[in-house]
Amino acid sequence: MDQAVEALDVKVWRGNAKGGSYRSYEVPAQRSQTVLDVVTWIQQNAEPTLTYRFACRVGMCGSCAMMVNGEPRWTCRTHVKKVLEGRHLEIAPLRNLPVIKDLATDMTAFFDKWTGAEGVFHPTASRADAIAPISPEDPARVLANEAIECINCAVCYSACDTVTANPDYLGPAALNRAWTLQNDERDGAHSRRLRTISGGGGCFNCHSHQSCMTYCPNELNPTASIAGLKRLSAMSFFKGGRDR
Amino acid sequence: MIGLRLYLAQRISAMLMAPLVLGHIATMIYAVQNGLSAAEILERTQGSFWWGAFYGLFVVAVSIHAAIGLRAIVCETFSLTARWLDLFTWAVGILLLLLGARAVAAVVL
Repeated sequence: MDQAVEALDVKVWRGNAKGGSYRSYEVPAQRSQTVLDVVTWIQQNAEPTLTYRFACRVGMCGSCAMMVNGEPRWTCRTHVKKVLEGRHLEIAPLRNLPVIKDLATDMTAFFDKWTGAEGVFHPTASRADAIAPISPEDPARVLANEAIECINCAVCYSACDTVTANPDYLGPAALNRAWTLQNDERDGAHSRRLRTISGGGGCFNCHSHQSCMTYCPNELNPTASIAGLKRLSAMSFFKGGRDR
Repeated sequence: MIGLRLYLAQRISAMLMAPLVLGHIATMIYAVQNGLSAAEILERTQGSFWWGAFYGLFVVAVSIHAAIGLRAIVCETFSLTARWLDLFTWAVGILLLLLGARAVAAVVL
């Protein structure tokens, strides 16, 4: 950030499900200032009714994602100096999700799709059984580990043009989760999950634009996970069933 | 609105088309470079089982591939219901198949 900038010109989207518009605020520039700091300053000093969502402020909870200068980002780990255009900053609610109020979106569809893609772990053992030994070097575990660090911030969902065009599409986060479970040998729903994710709104709708990979704040690659699901479904089909 | 079967049909038809496209381009270059007239081309293709099979397979692969590709575009552009999408896909596939079959018949029969 230019050291000469003393005040930021911040446009924040205000409104609700029926519509809204941008309003401008002058926010004092500070060193090591995050976009979430900016939003919080506006709420505490200029606009007490501004609604937004956050919790941990350290990039773990996944609740503070917003559109910043037209791109989806987690705001708590985005430094202003990285995204400032001149002295301008534009903050809006996440794309592809309905707005509740101001910067808070309704994430119901996002989480419904997550469970709709069988994103829930289905155990094959009870608490009476011994803990399954899983080697960290096991090839399936390596694949699962590469995709496991998703915090469900919905940045990928917001970045995905296929979600924009096809509301039935499960989206990158849900499919990435499904991929980790397909590579978890303790899970007992591989067959059912494969049927679900290869249906009408499933992995085959992905055009591999790779926006999810580009914007994922945890540097995951959901496109690769979805490609893995496509391969798994096709191989399962040719093996005479979708069981695995 | 692309499921497993449509995905596989489009990928397999693409795999078929890849060598057929190369064969088609090679044929065109050969015909142009050697200055073959329409009559000379027809002389080679008429009654030929292999030319009929080559371009017949090409037409089938293109009809399947293009119909599914257009289905994805139409789905994401116009938000049609599954029923209308199926209807559109079949209509495009059959239309391309009929037009292609007519062209193949014209040079082979």
